[in-house]
Parts: sequence; C-alpha cells; structure tokens
Amino acid sequence: MELTADKIKELVVKPENKVYAKTPLLTDKTLSYCPGCGHGVAHRILMELVEEMGLENDTIGIAPVGCSVLAYEFMNVDMQEAAHGRAPALATAIKRLWPGKFVFTYQGDGDLAAIGGNETLHACNRGENITIIFINNGIYGMTGGQMAPTTLPGMRTSTSPYGRDTHMMGNPLKMTEIVAMLPGTYFVTRQAVHTAKHARKAKKAIKKAIEVQLEGKGTSFVEIVSNCNSGWKMTPVKANQWLEENMLDYYHLGDIKVDGKLVKEIV
Amino acid sequence: MGELRLMKGNEAFAEALIRAGADGYFGYPITPQSEVIEYLMAEKPHERTGMVVLQAESELASINMLYGGAGAGKKVATSSSSPGISLMLEGISYMAGAELPCVILNVQRGGPGLGTIQPSQSDYFQATKGGGHGDYRLLVLAPASVQEMSDFVPLAFDLAFKYRNPVMILSDGVIGQMMEKVELFDPIPRWTDEEVIEKNGDWATVGKRPGRERNIITSLDLDPYSMERHNHDLFAKYKKMEEEEVRWEELNTEDAEYFIVAYGSASRISQKAIDLARAEGIKVGLIRPITLYPFPYKVLQEKVQKGAKGFLTVELNMGQMIEDVQLAVKDNAKVEFFGHVGGVIPTPEEVVEALKTKIIGG
Ligand SMILES: Cc1ncc(C[n+]2csc(CCOP(=O)(O)OP(=O)(O)O)c2C)c(N)n1
Ligand code: SF4
Ligand SMILES: [Mg+2]
Repeated sequence: MELTADKIKELVVKPENKVYAKTPLLTDKTLSYCPGCGHGVAHRILMELVEEMGLENDTIGIAPVGCSVLAYEFMNVDMQEAAHGRAPALATAIKRLWPGKFVFTYQGDGDLAAIGGNETLHACNRGENITIIFINNGIYGMTGGQMAPTTLPGMRTSTSPYGRDTHMMGNPLKMTEIVAMLPGTYFVTRQAVHTAKHARKAKKAIKKAIEVQLEGKGTSFVEIVSNCNSGWKMTPVKANQWLEENMLDYYHLGDIKVDGKLVKEIV
Repeated sequence: MGELRLMKGNEAFAEALIRAGADGYFGYPITPQSEVIEYLMAEKPHERTGMVVLQAESELASINMLYGGAGAGKKVATSSSSPGISLMLEGISYMAGAELPCVILNVQRGGPGLGTIQPSQSDYFQATKGGGHGDYRLLVLAPASVQEMSDFVPLAFDLAFKYRNPVMILSDGVIGQMMEKVELFDPIPRWTDEEVIEKNGDWATVGKRPGRERNIITSLDLDPYSMERHNHDLFAKYKKMEEEEVRWEELNTEDAEYFIVAYGSASRISQKAIDLARAEGIKVGLIRPITLYPFPYKVLQEKVQKGAKGFLTVELNMGQMIEDVQLAVKDNAKVEFFGHVGGVIPTPEEVVEALKTKIIGG
C-alpha cells in the first residue's frame, strides 16, 4: 500500500484519534505571520474563547494597522479594519450603538501606544465597555522593524541602529500601567504567549476580560508581551529566550488591576 | 404644516438629526458650529429617540467613531468647521474606500491654518475634489438657508445609504450662525436593531448571522488587480451620482443674458444683487448649485447653448468653484470671479459692480 497524504489522512484522521481541533472561528486561510510569531497564538486564544463562550454571532472585532492588519482574514467573525491607531474610536461607537455585542480591538504597540495613544487613553478614560487586546512586541513588525514607543533601552531597530537612546527617545512607554490608573478601566493585565504555560494563563485572562465586558463593568485591557523574530533579527527560539530575559524584565507579567482596583504597585 | 421655529442653522441641523432618526452623533467643539453638539446635549436625544451623542477627544476620533458606527450599519453623523474637517480627512478617505454611509457637516470658516472664525467657502476644493488621499468623491450638498440645514439632513442620510458613501453638507459660518424661521419635518423613527439587520445586515458588521459568511469592513486590498477593480467600481458609483443626483436652483433665468453662479451664503447675497441689477434693466439670473458634487455642468452648458453672454461666480474664497464653471462653459462665454475672504462678506452692490465691470463692460 502506498502511503499518500490522502491515505494517511484516511487512516489517522478519526474522531477517536483527535486530541485537538482548530476552532472554526479561525478561517482556513494560511496565516500571514512569520513562523513562531505570537500573533498566531493570540488569534487562536481569542477565537477559541469566542467560540467556547458562545459569542460567534454576537462579536464585532476590530483589526489594527500592523502585522495583524489582516486579522479579519483569519478571525471568522464580523470584523472591521481601522485606520492606524483608531481602533478604540471605532469600538467606542460600535459598542454604544450595539451594546449587546462583544466588541474587541486587537492592536500592536505602534498602533496602540504611538499613533493611537490618544484614542486609547480616552476610550479607557471614558470606561468604554470594550476589550482591548494589545500585542506588545517592542517594534514595528509590519513596516520592517522600526523603533516603537515600547522598544527597550539600547535595543537595536532599523530606526535606532545603535540601540534606543533614551536621552533622545525617552524610555519605553508602559501604556498598560497608564491605563490601569484611569478609573474607567476595570480589568488590566499583562500576559505572554511564548510558552504553552503562558498561553494558558493568557487565555484565562482574556476570558476574564470578555466576562468583564459582558457584565458591563468598563474597559478590559490585556497586554500580551510578544515576540517579533523577524524584526528582532533572531530565530524564533532565540526570540522567545530574548523575550523571557529582556522584555519580561521590563514588562512584568501579571494582573495590574482587578475588579476596578489596582492589585500591583505601579513603577 | 410642520412645526415652525426660529433657529440658528446649526441648531436646525442638530434638531434635524434627532428627527431624521440618526443613531449616533460624535463631534468635537469648534467655532462656528459648536451649537450643534451643545443643542444635542441639551436636548437629551437619548431620552427622545435613543440616539447616542458623544463628545469625542478630537475630530480624528469623531470621524473614526463614524467609521465604526457606519460599519455596524447605523445612521451616524458629525459636524465640524474647516480645521476640524482637515483632521477628519483620514477617516473620510477610509470611509469612502470602505464604502460607508455617514453625514458630515462642515460649517466653513476662513483659512489657511487656524485662519479665522469668520465665515468662508474656502473648503470647496477639499469637499468636492476628494480632500483626503486616494481617488474618491463625497456627495456634497450646499444649504443656503436655515430651512435647508434641516431639510438636507434626511436627504443626506438617504443618499449616504443609497450609495454607501459619505455625504458632506458644506455650509458656512453665515448659514450656521444666522437665525431664520424653519419648518421642521415630522420625526422619522430610528431603525430598530432588527431593521438595521434587515436593511444593512448583508454588508455591515452587525454580528455574524447563521447562514452567511462573516462581514468585513475594510478599505485594504493588497491585490493590485482587485484594488484597481475596486477603484473602477467606486467611479462607476460616482458616475451614477453624476447622472442621477445633480440638484440646483434657478432664479430669474428665463430671459437672462448673464448669470451669477453662487452657492450657500454667497447665493443669498447674489439674490439681492440680482434684484438691484434687474432694477437697472440688466437681464441677469442666478444658478445655485445645490449639489457641489455632482456639479451641474450640463445646466451651465445649456445656458451657453441658448446664448448666455457671461457668468460671474461669487464665492467667499479666492475663486474655487469658478474652475468647475470654466470646465462647463469653456471658451464659449465669459467667466469671471468675484469674492472676499477672511470673513469679509461681499455686499450686493459690490456684486452688481463686479457684474458690470468684469462681465458686461469688460
Ligand atoms: C497613518 C499611517 N502611518 C503609518 C503607517 C505605516 N505603518 C503601518 S504598520 C506600522 C507600525 C505597526 O507596528 P505595530 O502596531 O507595533 O504592529 P506590529 O506590526 O508590530 O504587530 C506603521 C508605522 C500607516 N499604515 N498609516
Ligand atoms: S514581522 Fe514580527 S510581528 Fe510581524 S509577523 Fe513577523 S514576527 Fe510577527
Ligand atoms: Mg509591534
């Protein structure tokens, strides 16, 4: 018997052998992300939760401009694609006009913390009842690895080729700590997805963020410290090591605000 | 007969939004149009119709709120004045690209830059030729009275949804600030959520529905051939607007040899100028474009064919609409411009003088 791909599929793909299935809320389209990139994991977690929580027909998502600009090609729910940084403004109107829907934005660090800083601050300050998923990889992945407001001191990027000079460019912006200080936010947390353990924790956090919105409590904000192996010019494995050793040293993981109260000292 | 009220143009627009069944207004204060959001906040439309009114953190945010709301199938509007409209151009371009309906009021003031808070019509190019990046058009309505500040609101929503395109009401500080009697139209109920789904659920993000693919609102398309097609589709739509939506008004044109072409507040001044000129025996009439895009080129061409001797465009700018008048008239008759800028308002006497020196005697 010749073992063709089809034959293997026929022999192996059986309900009793199944240990994992891709949620139908991720489309079959091949992800545009680099292998090892955190965006893919974050997409999966979010869409699994939308499925598990029965929100498929009650979700409106907003994609940013950045590597995840095509998130609407992968996330199998009603989606809008915003101008760079403006996702929280879109979400504000959508949620106010459709209060019964689960409305989320999915944004990179350039999108959320640089060009969209104002929209982010004001949506959080108004306590818009939306969920913001913030993928912080410390760089502009999409445009070829330029410096972001979140780029670490000394980190080399194409626009800080000698390393981020904090005298000239200031220090990395901790948007998550900033929004946690605003009374409008109800749940603020920082997570990561570079290991299975971290991804499981992140999933729990995003679930809580969704629940907070469904209960109408205010803004829920989940930062995911992520990697960008292409932009960082590292192998995927090296990038995850670097993330662990450098990013997490600056961007401490864990909940910052729970039930509307700060649970961590902000430094 | 509808309810009669004495109102400012800005207030009439705001009241008309509530009556037209708008779902949301998002705006940022700027003179000379802040009465719009002030009136709305005072009226508590949320209690009257359930309409959402929100003061945004900037015009950038307001227009992107419109993008979100329109993309979710709802009737949304904003208003601003010239510097604020400049900030909105990003969102307007995205909305034109993503084919989203909305109503945007521009109560123009003078520029460039911070310019002046006085009335102006110097955003004509910006409104009618695109304004933001990319090839696109807005459907542009130019009210000339407080009555039209009200009447054009339901019309603008109808056109916006008919063509799935942003509609701009291009007003100016005179029309926005002046008070006139206005007959308000009877309220049109807001669409229920079910009606929104029924009317717009095939394209808008109203939440996935069993039996249809997800809906996507985007202006992005990285495939050059598909993007080229999209641009052609947009222009097919604009062509249809050019064929079906041209609106204008004529006054004293039956026997006219000369024509003043003016819109908005300049057309009101020109009306008076025509009375003065007619009293002196000058056969002059007014052509008032109501849609600035699509522009009534054919109306002007017909006047040329019937032997028009000259056209004077009167604008509160340095001469912008005159380029469209020239496009229509070409070298077949005289076309001249008269206007003031910076908040200086032309007088009817000056207009008559310009007609005599630039067109008749010139
Ligand atoms: C108004 C505007 N300015 C600049 C750009 C170019 N641009 C596209 S994505 C991007 C940065 C994205 O970085 P980030 O948000 O961190 O997302 P990532 O790709 O890292 O996930 C920039 C500057 C744009 N599309 N629009
Ligand atoms: S460039 Fe960076 S952020 Fe973008 S897909 Fe590749 S690894 Fe991910
Ligand atoms: Mg980034």
